Amino acid sequence: MRLRRSVAKWLVVLGVLHGIVVCAGFFAPYDPAEQDRKSPYLPPMRVHVVDEEGHFHARPFVYAFRLRQGTFDQYEEDAARSYPLRFFVRGARYRLLGILPSRLHLFGAEDLRIYLLGTDAYGRDQLSRLVFGGQVSLLAGLLGAGITLSLGLCIGAVAGYYGGWRDDVLMRVAELFLALPWLYLLFAVRAFLPLTVRPLAAFFLIVAVIGEVGWARPARLVRAVVLSAKERDFVRAARGFGAKDVYLLRWHILPETGSVLLTQAAILVPQYVLAEMTLSFLGLGVPEPVPSWGNLLSSLQQYSVLVSYWWMYLPTLAMVPFFLGYLGLASSLQERGPAYKIERRSLGSLT
Amino acid sequence: MKTRSAKPLRCLRLLSLVLPALVSAFGPAEATPQQKNTNEELLVVPGDAGHSGGRLVVSLRGEPKTLNPLIAADARSREVIGVMQADLVHINRATQLTEPALAKSWKISADGLEYTLVLRKGLRFSDGQALDADDVVFTFRVYLDESVHAPQRDLLIVGGKPIVVRKVDAQTVVFQLAKTYGVGERLFDGLAILPRHLLEKPYQEGKLGQIGTLATAAPQWAGMGPFRLKEYVAGQRLVLERNPYYWKTDAKGNRLPYLDELVFLFVPNADAQVLKFQSGETDVISQVSAENFSVLSRQQKSYAMTDAGPGLEYNFLFFNLNDAGEKTSPEMQRRQKWFREVKFRQAVSAAVDREAIVRLVYQGRGGGIWGLVAPGNRRWGDENLAHPARSLERARALLKEAGFSWSNGADGESVLQDADGKAVEFSILTSSSNAERAKMAALIQDDLKQIGMRVQVVSLEFRSLLDRVTQTKEYDACVMGIASFDADPNSDINVWLSSGGTHLWNPSQEHPGTPWEAEIDRLIGEQMSARTFEQRKKLYDRAQEILAEYQPMIFLASPDILVGAKNSVGNFHPAVLEPYVLWNVEQLYLKSSPENGAR
Repeated sequence: MRLRRSVAKWLVVLGVLHGIVVCAGFFAPYDPAEQDRKSPYLPPMRVHVVDEEGHFHARPFVYAFRLRQGTFDQYEEDAARSYPLRFFVRGARYRLLGILPSRLHLFGAEDLRIYLLGTDAYGRDQLSRLVFGGQVSLLAGLLGAGITLSLGLCIGAVAGYYGGWRDDVLMRVAELFLALPWLYLLFAVRAFLPLTVRPLAAFFLIVAVIGEVGWARPARLVRAVVLSAKERDFVRAARGFGAKDVYLLRWHILPETGSVLLTQAAILVPQYVLAEMTLSFLGLGVPEPVPSWGNLLSSLQQYSVLVSYWWMYLPTLAMVPFFLGYLGLASSLQERGPAYKIERRSLGSLT
Repeated sequence: MKTRSAKPLRCLRLLSLVLPALVSAFGPAEATPQQKNTNEELLVVPGDAGHSGGRLVVSLRGEPKTLNPLIAADARSREVIGVMQADLVHINRATQLTEPALAKSWKISADGLEYTLVLRKGLRFSDGQALDADDVVFTFRVYLDESVHAPQRDLLIVGGKPIVVRKVDAQTVVFQLAKTYGVGERLFDGLAILPRHLLEKPYQEGKLGQIGTLATAAPQWAGMGPFRLKEYVAGQRLVLERNPYYWKTDAKGNRLPYLDELVFLFVPNADAQVLKFQSGETDVISQVSAENFSVLSRQQKSYAMTDAGPGLEYNFLFFNLNDAGEKTSPEMQRRQKWFREVKFRQAVSAAVDREAIVRLVYQGRGGGIWGLVAPGNRRWGDENLAHPARSLERARALLKEAGFSWSNGADGESVLQDADGKAVEFSILTSSSNAERAKMAALIQDDLKQIGMRVQVVSLEFRSLLDRVTQTKEYDACVMGIASFDADPNSDINVWLSSGGTHLWNPSQEHPGTPWEAEIDRLIGEQMSARTFEQRKKLYDRAQEILAEYQPMIFLASPDILVGAKNSVGNFHPAVLEPYVLWNVEQLYLKSSPENGAR
């Protein structure tokens, strides 16, 4: 019972985080591609409750930033006027869950664009880009993991259940895939793709590539479970009563692999999010101006950005709770599950 | 205490032993060229008199491919060759005007067809061998020899015929042109005079291409520049030492260059160059991006950063106007129909926010441009060229006149569509190695979204980009930049002429594809033989105006030349022409300070 609660706890955490990303349009104050060319590299605005004279305000407010004369990116707070935060304001058009058109945003201010996480080189709101970028990166992780696990399940089940030459062939192919240098393969595949792909097409291509490369490990795990499960007494009994292969697999053997698959999923999702980020970081992912977490970080390749604008690092921090959530879930599931040995892979091994 | 005081003492004693030996070993050998020979006609250069000695370290973005000017095509090789070789007449990078170099004077005949150049007396190559008119004649024979494939050959074909070079006496050479040449004596700039005594044999054996590799032993290679080869360490550095026979002196009569050594460190990229400069490993830095410039400016202590002003680089957007005939896919044909529409290009130009490009890409260290002559080219800018401000209304009006219309897209945005109702959608190529142009493309993408064009930006590695633009011609539009090497618009002749290889929107045409390209060809051809600057300028202005009207290239912005040097470097006067900081390398010196003493 206790273990189940820890799983639920992590699920709630992940649910909240994903909820924010799914409803990005609502939580992000602005359109992620909208450029505010007057405010490049604006540092994060501070939310105040106490003003210059020391008066307390119940409604939090921000001060505008003014460009210091003669500079390009040096701003100073202008305390002449305060801009109170307004909640549930109307702003840029977006589609909730990709379907419902809406203009409602969680917060905003009148006469001023609020940049709680600063802006990038084009004056785009980093917070909006971060939240919207999560949609791309997380969806890539989830879809990629889905593809990998389905492939792994089918191949592992066939190899484990039928054994013999099928097992030999499939497992040798799996070893081949394990030995592939991932990143270079992804590069090669991306290079083969047509020059101009729409953002959506590029996204699905990346997901497909990431998903199809990693099936070998889950396939091996599933095979191990299937191998031991097919010798269990209840399976033998069912076979004795004349059950067919498909029936046995569907009702008796594959359910045994459930916890292995779940744990694998919890490990694979953050790993694939990271894979998408790596590709986007190197300019092979979704094209600008569509944000993804990798795109957000790619400007850090420039030395000048690295040493001048600390808030460009913030997207890295945003990933921490997500990855923590997934890995926490994975370990809770592992504790709960049967004593199958789960191979752990470090997140970094992909890159 | 004892041991401490003993050390310097011992050092002193050692020095006192070594010094006389050193003096006796190098003294006399150095003395001969160092002394001013009365037979020598040295060039006295104005400027602060510095003092001799020291080494200057410069970073080079990668290894040069060769030291041989006959095969050098890359910028890095040219930069190194620039300090090892010299030309007959030189363009002063600061004044942008010609001045005497190896030739002490020149005369142009009344009909403009004959150039008589008189060489300095007593000139010697860096290996001590004398230079005379035979070397000059040999040099031009090699440059003009088709089998050598020298890149300089094209510059020496005037009016369709190669220049004829004739020796009059040991000091005098005559160049005969088939047609008057507007560029005049500027044509000699950058044409290194080659050592005949070293190259004659390989030339006759047809092996010139194999000469002058970096691994060449120092004595096998000689030039007329201020420095000569000393050491090459593959992958790390190239060390040059001062040429003791160099033909310039300072106002006080000291033979230049001041520096004993010039070291080129091979550094892979711009950021690494910045780091090396910041840490004090290199003494000067050039071609700094605006972002890195502000990073360096913020932390400057022992060095100073300089904005040398607008340079000769111009960045532009162009559309694919090639006519590939039946090979073109229907999709491409549809797009080219838009691109060929003059009003479409004018609308794109009107919609581009040049001011934002200058501010966001160059942090204000640059300027918007509307014509091919970059603002750094002070004499050739066309004052009458309009500089229209950004106007989305005008862009929309132009598109409407050309038969385009707008419809509402799925998310309520307006989508531009052509007369057949097809949405206007295309891609812009940029080079993945150039962050500045990628940024421009991202800004243009957003600018054009506002008039309903859907644009994708594709960044490609530069070579494959060039291949697409000039060879396969499979692209829609491209953002590119060119840096002219001289402040004479003729250095961009291959951009202007429809037959030119860098006439990017439709390169290497056999016949000009449009009447206005034919008109530009005619104007450029005419100015080639125009005699006065005013005549040439008028013709060029007209050509610029045609370009501005038809917008085959949509000019965007031109960056300032940003450089930096340690405070200890004397006579540092950056120029906006290449090589930005090393153009007066013979005059650079290290000011004496305790810091320099340590080196």
